[in-house]
Amino acid sequence: MRAFTQHQGLVAPMDRSNVDTDMIIPKQFLKSIKRTGFGPNLFDELRYLDEGKPDQDSSQRPLNPDFVLNQPRYKGASVLLARSNFGCGSSREHAPWALDDYGFRVIIAPSFADIFYNNCFKNGLLPIVLEEKIVDQLFEEAEVSEGYQLTVDLEAKTVITPSGESFGFDVDDFRRHCLLNGLDDIGVTLEDAELIKSYENQRRKTAPWLFGAGQ
Amino acid sequence: MAGKTLYDKLWDDHVVKQREDGSALIYIDRQLLHEVTSPQAFEGLRLANRKPWRIDANLATPDHNVPTTDRAKGIEGIVDPVSRIQVETLGKNCDEFGILEFKIMDQRQGIVHVIGPEQGATLPGMTIVCGDSHTSTHGAFGCLAHGIGTSEVEHVLATQCLVQQKMKNMLVKVNGTLGKGVTAKDVVLAIIGKIGTAGGTGHAIEFGGEAIQNMSMEGRMTVCNMAIEAGARVGMVAVDGTTIDYVKGRPFAPTGEAWDAAVKYWRTLHSDLDAKFDKIVELDGSEIMPQVSWGTSPEMVADVTGNVPDPAKEEDPIKREGIERALKYMGLEANQAITDIKLDRVFIGSCTNSRIEDLREAAAVVKGRKVSASLKQAMVVPGSGLVKAQAEEEGLDRIFLEAGLEWRDPGCSMCLAMNADKLGQGEHCASTSNRNFEGRQGFGGRTHLVSPAMAAAAAITGHFVDVRELLN
Repeated sequence: MRAFTQHQGLVAPMDRSNVDTDMIIPKQFLKSIKRTGFGPNLFDELRYLDEGKPDQDSSQRPLNPDFVLNQPRYKGASVLLARSNFGCGSSREHAPWALDDYGFRVIIAPSFADIFYNNCFKNGLLPIVLEEKIVDQLFEEAEVSEGYQLTVDLEAKTVITPSGESFGFDVDDFRRHCLLNGLDDIGVTLEDAELIKSYENQRRKTAPWLFGAGQ
Repeated sequence: MAGKTLYDKLWDDHVVKQREDGSALIYIDRQLLHEVTSPQAFEGLRLANRKPWRIDANLATPDHNVPTTDRAKGIEGIVDPVSRIQVETLGKNCDEFGILEFKIMDQRQGIVHVIGPEQGATLPGMTIVCGDSHTSTHGAFGCLAHGIGTSEVEHVLATQCLVQQKMKNMLVKVNGTLGKGVTAKDVVLAIIGKIGTAGGTGHAIEFGGEAIQNMSMEGRMTVCNMAIEAGARVGMVAVDGTTIDYVKGRPFAPTGEAWDAAVKYWRTLHSDLDAKFDKIVELDGSEIMPQVSWGTSPEMVADVTGNVPDPAKEEDPIKREGIERALKYMGLEANQAITDIKLDRVFIGSCTNSRIEDLREAAAVVKGRKVSASLKQAMVVPGSGLVKAQAEEEGLDRIFLEAGLEWRDPGCSMCLAMNADKLGQGEHCASTSNRNFEGRQGFGGRTHLVSPAMAAAAAITGHFVDVRELLN
């Protein structure tokens, strides 16, 4: 996995709560058996005026000029500023894959849906929870000043504004450790293979019905 | 020391290692696999030259992409080549690694969350995961079950474990007795309407109280299925006699001495009387009415006797804007009566409501009646090949067909429209599924979430109607 230590990038404010994973990447694009190539279809139904289809050249499609990512000032944004309950709905990891493929590295919101939040960390994408009033402030600043950038430091767990104001955020230690070092967490778990085997052997004795019954 | 909740017990029984950083390695007893969220996981295994840790913990079936007609043609019957490749890929992966798969022509094929319980592959006390957020369904059996992303599907395949942070405990208690015509679906929609789509975020919800205890296993599955729509990855119900009776005799269920030992353990799977919950919400079941969602989020629900809300009356500006946007997308007017919403299609199916009791409930309403001529389509999609066979044995298929509903083959179908079953732009659908998000059932489609009985009633009248009027 790609490591994440520090990132500075242009902020795109998406002023809408309860953005669900169907909105982030509609179902017709989930038919791919790959992990890449979802970027052109990120927010497909909001971004384009027509109905998107898999394997289509999206550069030729009519854009919705009202959608935030279609505004020239947000071109190249890598920090998504969002509202509460971002990523609710389906468990599809295609949602973080699409955000990543588009070029986002950080998502800041007052709250995230659990499965989406977890999926981000598996893909080198950092979801940051900040208090609602701080998020409100960042929305205001991003909207008034064109080219507004934020700097995110995962080591220090801070978000720094262009004026130098710094906001701390929480992230659990294991996820932070994996992200900072770009670790393959399957590899980390397999370091405990002997423990898993001994747990399993114990369970085979105490709960034999969990193993192979009926198959 | 306070007693343990059901969630505490399930968690404690599956901790392989507690790490100092607060995370824990949790053992997974069962993984269910389907074609949409597994191909990249298998590919990851191959690229890292890893093998599945425990083959017999996995069970697979294609469900999201399968057609609900022309099934005699098997995989060849999948017209969309991209969908076909996904279903074929699941087959190849399962064959390569020796994982049991109920393939498209197998009578046991169906929606993963229907076939797990049906086969007894879902047993009380298990940890169950699947690359699908509606895995919370299995919590109805006193399981710790939740959806995961594809990286975690790969992680479970490779290690039989997940790295988890313990969630908080939440109790949703539904007291009293449900009224006539009020079902498990109405209960869960009313719960989501009350606590909101983020009301359970960060929590494992246990559903309890008299109304839940009196529900059948299928009703409990409907409730737990939609825990994720309240933001909770996990929904659970304590094990009782209803649970044990349901499991007994199923193909994967233990027998003989193992059964007796299992039942003894399963009987302990309930929250202790002095267990402490971080959050408790109570509802009076006798006050719950048949529910209809009017908006684009499952919390946007109203009683069938009620009206579409007026955004002008909402004080919170973010909520007001949300209501305005939803009404615009749904093509509805503020204050419009729910029963004035006209429908284009009716869909009875999905992992929420496609089991035999759901079909019986719908059939009881349409029996001897005719689908409204104003509808373009009304379809019934059973949750599995075995549910379909059971329904046909009971003659439910004939009741549906005579009333003018289509009787289809099993799969996820129009719940998320990955196969050919979808809504056209602007069409209103009474749907027994779980999500009314924009575009969920088709580009520009307008979904109204309801119970099977309410969907059946709407099929007869062509608009929403209080099903209790048709039951009298």
